[in-house]
Amino acid sequence: MTVATDPETVTTSPVLERDGGVWRLSGVLTVRNVSALAAELPRAQGALDLSGLTRLDTAGAYLLHSHSGALELTGLRPDHAALLDRVAGTIPQPPDPSRHPLTAAQILERIGRMVANAGGFLVEITDMLGLFLARLGRIARHPGQLPMTALVHHADQVGWRAIPIVSLMSFLIGVVLAFQGAVQLRQFGAEIFVVDLISISILRELGILLTAIIVAGRTASSFTAAIGSMKMREEIDAMRTLAIDPAMVLFVPRILALLITLPILGLVANVMGLFGGALMSWIELGISPAVFLTRLLEETGTNHVLVGFVKAPVFAIIIGVIGCHAGMQVRGNAESLGAQTSSAVVRAIFAVILADALFSVFFAMMDI
Amino acid sequence: MTRDVVIKLRGLRNAFGADVVHDNLDLDVHRGEVLGVVGGSGTGKSVLLRCIAGLRPPQAGSIEIFGQDALNCSETARRAIDQRMGVMFQDGALFSSLTVRENVEVPMRTIDGLDAGLRRELADLKIAMSGLPYKAGDNYPSELSGGMRKRAGLARALALDPEIVFLDEPTAGLDPIGASAFDELIRGLSRAMGLTVFMVTHDLDSLHACCDRIAVLADRRVKYTGTMEEMLEIDHPWVHEYFHGPRARAAIATKDKVS
Repeated sequence: MTVATDPETVTTSPVLERDGGVWRLSGVLTVRNVSALAAELPRAQGALDLSGLTRLDTAGAYLLHSHSGALELTGLRPDHAALLDRVAGTIPQPPDPSRHPLTAAQILERIGRMVANAGGFLVEITDMLGLFLARLGRIARHPGQLPMTALVHHADQVGWRAIPIVSLMSFLIGVVLAFQGAVQLRQFGAEIFVVDLISISILRELGILLTAIIVAGRTASSFTAAIGSMKMREEIDAMRTLAIDPAMVLFVPRILALLITLPILGLVANVMGLFGGALMSWIELGISPAVFLTRLLEETGTNHVLVGFVKAPVFAIIIGVIGCHAGMQVRGNAESLGAQTSSAVVRAIFAVILADALFSVFFAMMDI
Repeated sequence: MTRDVVIKLRGLRNAFGADVVHDNLDLDVHRGEVLGVVGGSGTGKSVLLRCIAGLRPPQAGSIEIFGQDALNCSETARRAIDQRMGVMFQDGALFSSLTVRENVEVPMRTIDGLDAGLRRELADLKIAMSGLPYKAGDNYPSELSGGMRKRAGLARALALDPEIVFLDEPTAGLDPIGASAFDELIRGLSRAMGLTVFMVTHDLDSLHACCDRIAVLADRRVKYTGTMEEMLEIDHPWVHEYFHGPRARAAIATKDKVS
């Protein structure tokens, strides 16, 4: 038995020729050259002699079978005939692919579903928040149940390791504010007001908001990825069967770590922002650090700092709950993990900004 | 007729740090046979498979596939060898973001000039040959049961009509009916397509039902090769325990009942 085994012969095309009244196919017919022959084969009529075929694979057999209505296949080697039989016996019958055009009712139905899903999302988020608060209540009654090791680990991941990026970002924001403020305020000879500009905007809004946005990008995604991959590998189901409460082991330490560390990160951001602003004011406007400090202490009320810090726990819970919720939405495949991770970040950032806007309106109305 | 040797291993050595898995291992695999590889846990059955499939270079020794040196050859030559082999991983190792049909089409995409319509039809054919229903082609791997994922993995391994197929524990985790259907499938496909099958397995029923020859890994080498009958004669303690244990007797009993 000769079997063509080296790749050169495998890729050469089979030869289809007419010899007297008989069509003859010889050479190698495999998946590598089957497309070329598919264009040629309809030329042949009547009997097709296959005794010259040295190699035939399922793709070739499939092609021959699909033309066997118009052709009479002769001279097959026994092993080729067996393959052809096997292929003929297993050709799948596709069910009728009936597609309906999209009707107005279906479009309306889709919109309705999207609205209902959005409402369902809010319910689920509230559900997750309630679960977290309920577990927190249980910990208040039985402090022994607090997963301390996990809490410290997540506080390290979420808080401590975020300090460099948060500091750098806040420092640069302070620099930019001082620089832009200086250019404008110098026109009125009101350079000293740059201190108020920097302190109020950073303490009241930017310090906490930008920290929350960075943490949302960093942490919401990691929560989703970590919980999602555990969901994917059925680890969370395994926990349930072992009578371990996933909410207690997975959600509580993560969200609680955020709740503790986000205000601290906000404080770091405030200090670094003021530092950057003071530095730039000194260089650009000649406001010495001593003058900056005096002005800061005299003119900027502590209410601005409080307004900033009140928001931190709210942002922390928003980010944590959205991140954990998205992790639980991951289904069996890797693609859904990626989709949920990126949507968790987008949702968390959007929700943080929305909450900040609501706070602004509230504080403005309360005149704080 | 002297049998055509498609895989020839000589003096193979595999070690993880100080832990030597294979030392001076020799093995020949003949064209068209179904070879079952057995051995206790940790004897490096899967390591051997990964080694031949080119996923792990051995520390020493030579691997010849289709008469070519598979270790010291150009990348093009290695790719040509790879295209003539297919691997079915234990859990299918299907790409989770693609449907089963798209998974089977992946290897076919490497072929220039293969028409997309024909590629799809061939993928459907391979899915059907692996014993999956037509609609399984549209499913994602996560929507399939373990047994169906194995079949889909086999369909992908067979996509290009390879000459050698490596199966890593093909029947592990299947119910007995599914497992014997899978044995039947492998046997049938190997006959129809002239496949050489290198099968790592623990399943004595599989060894009975589809293997022409069995290779036993022990003492860091292929200690014995031979047919099932020859295995029963060997008095190495592990081999004796393996082929004469209560499970083995049950497997032999069912085989005798069938034949």
